Amino acid sequence: MRDVFKGFGAVFYKEALHVRRDPGTLFFSLIIPLLQMVVLGFGIDTNIRQVNTVVFNADGRRESRELVDRLRNSDTFHIVRYVENDHDLNDEIIAGRARVGVKIPVDYSDRLLHQMSAQVLVLIDGSDSSVAGQAINVTTAIGLDESLRRVLQDRSSMAVEMRPKLLFNPDSRSPNFFLPGLTAVLLLNVTTFLTAFSIVREKERGTLEQLFVTPVRPLGLLLGKLLPYLIIGFSELCLIVSFMRFVFQVPIHGNLLLLAFFSLPYLFCSLSIGILVSSKANSQSEAMQLSFLTFLPSIFFSGYIFPRETMPFVFHAMSYLVPASYYINITRGIILRGAGLTHLWIDALALFAMGTFLLIVAARRFQNKVISA
Amino acid sequence: MTENPQADRELAISAEHLVRRFGQFTAVDDVSFQVRKGEIFGFLGPNGSGKTTVIKMLTGLLPLTGGNAQVEGLDVRTHPEEVRERIGYMSQKFSLYDDLTVLENLQFYGRIYGLAAERMKRRIDEIVGLNNLGPYLNRLAAQLSGGWKQRLALGCAMLHEPKLLFLDEPTAGIDPVARRQLWDLLFELSGHGITFFVTTHYMDEAERCSHVAYIYYGKIIADGTPESLRELPDVQPPGTLRVEITTPHVTRALRIARQIPGIRSATIFGQSIHALTEDHFDLDDLRGQLLKNGIAVAEIRPLAPSLEDVFVELTYKHQGLQEAARA
Repeated sequence: MRDVFKGFGAVFYKEALHVRRDPGTLFFSLIIPLLQMVVLGFGIDTNIRQVNTVVFNADGRRESRELVDRLRNSDTFHIVRYVENDHDLNDEIIAGRARVGVKIPVDYSDRLLHQMSAQVLVLIDGSDSSVAGQAINVTTAIGLDESLRRVLQDRSSMAVEMRPKLLFNPDSRSPNFFLPGLTAVLLLNVTTFLTAFSIVREKERGTLEQLFVTPVRPLGLLLGKLLPYLIIGFSELCLIVSFMRFVFQVPIHGNLLLLAFFSLPYLFCSLSIGILVSSKANSQSEAMQLSFLTFLPSIFFSGYIFPRETMPFVFHAMSYLVPASYYINITRGIILRGAGLTHLWIDALALFAMGTFLLIVAARRFQNKVISA
Repeated sequence: MTENPQADRELAISAEHLVRRFGQFTAVDDVSFQVRKGEIFGFLGPNGSGKTTVIKMLTGLLPLTGGNAQVEGLDVRTHPEEVRERIGYMSQKFSLYDDLTVLENLQFYGRIYGLAAERMKRRIDEIVGLNNLGPYLNRLAAQLSGGWKQRLALGCAMLHEPKLLFLDEPTAGIDPVARRQLWDLLFELSGHGITFFVTTHYMDEAERCSHVAYIYYGKIIADGTPESLRELPDVQPPGTLRVEITTPHVTRALRIARQIPGIRSATIFGQSIHALTEDHFDLDDLRGQLLKNGIAVAEIRPLAPSLEDVFVELTYKHQGLQEAARA
């Protein structure tokens, strides 16, 4: 059976020589993901704070001024302007100078004083859904709070107090949430590209054709080409995790060895995707485009940006076919929630199954499309 | 290793009724030929005529749609891996790794063929000596000129001492000196019993082969030694004579010669015209007719057909047959 892998050692050694001869590629494939990480880690903050807000206080008496103060103190809103009419209120939002407009009607204080319910109009710019969602929540909460305060005005304490406690990411820090997911995307990026390029380059040079006329077996060739990039992918993982821990101060709650072990099948998936790309592409630019195409599902359907549960049915179903979906659950699970084997074995199993499947499909396609082309 | 006992031990390649179809398209159509051990077999044909497809079939890369092929006594259908261990292959691109040194390229192929350390060292020494690669061992392949790349590629292809080498347009794009040196090397190696399967577009290279075959749109239309092909009745029909007319005004002379009755065909070769004439044709009369039109003729002499003449005549004949079949 050793025959099946014939040529593995020779190809592996040669591939290592290529990498050593071209340290630029290695450097960029290791450093660029870290740069991406820095940009995304510092740049993305999903917590909505200091939303630009415009206020039209048509009432102007004490009760209305109290309400404005409460808005101002909420940290969610940053009042940029006070206006005197409806038109200006609208205009500020349309122009994009404010995302939220609050109109307190003329009879606000009167109604409250007469024990009637008062209405406050809150206009929210829906063109940014994350801002809109948070603005709705906060204004509703302030309204509720205000009502309770009035109803219970004479009593010493509030009737009900909700005290939500955020698990695993108590400060709601965006890097904590984003970086474990980003790990999956960056690893995919590096390994798929490197594998696809290393094969397509040999296609372009004609050396692949030469190899096929030697006794090298497809499996030996394939594994010899994969292993160096598996090692690079693994080094990349170590770099990313160290960066996450020491630069971004993301606390790691779970077992890193487990993370390393579960990363193997994920890397096999992305390496196999690289082979599939190379079986289709005939030039490096084609390989580049195709690789990007394979990234999109991993970015959008994996839960990296949008929660999978809220996706439309079709996309949700598709997300089960994306290896990154499982891997992101694993990275977030181990890093943020301190999850162990008992919690994550299904995801790991799915990745092992997909890795094996993709590798077999890739090897077959490689043999059919590349060798007999 | 299961050698086919029926296989002729003197044959390096035996192709019988090879067929390869890609969908509706028949790339190789009932191709049969035999290559004896130690021959330099020239395989010629226009681009896209099926040369590379035949090589891929003989090296076990492409499954045969039909027919049989024995290479070095092994059936390529059942023993493709063993066949590949016994042959060497050099593609027209001199497929080398540009970012590896000459020595690293050689060592890589040595490992691929599973050469033990001692044998690898001996073979690399031999190859380096044979090809004079010594001074370049630690140079990157990218820095070699075309001729040296080709020597290195040939060295890589024969490191494992194959008895049969496929060279796919080995001299495309290299300088004439390197071209001649390569052929000298091929003759030397063939003297040691190594068989060469060479594709080329150069007619002078075809003339040097001990055996040539011409493939035209998937069919072999000529197969034999260069001498035997020159004597084919299709090339030299009975009652015809081939002459060379040397003149300073070849283009004008050609136009006139083609109008003279008794000249079947005429074509320009450098400063002369090759014409196929009726053999009772009076050469002095031809000279006279050309002079009458103001064309001085330096020399008219009988000529044996070149291989190019052979392939041109056979191609015309084949095209005629195809058109007749279609009509």
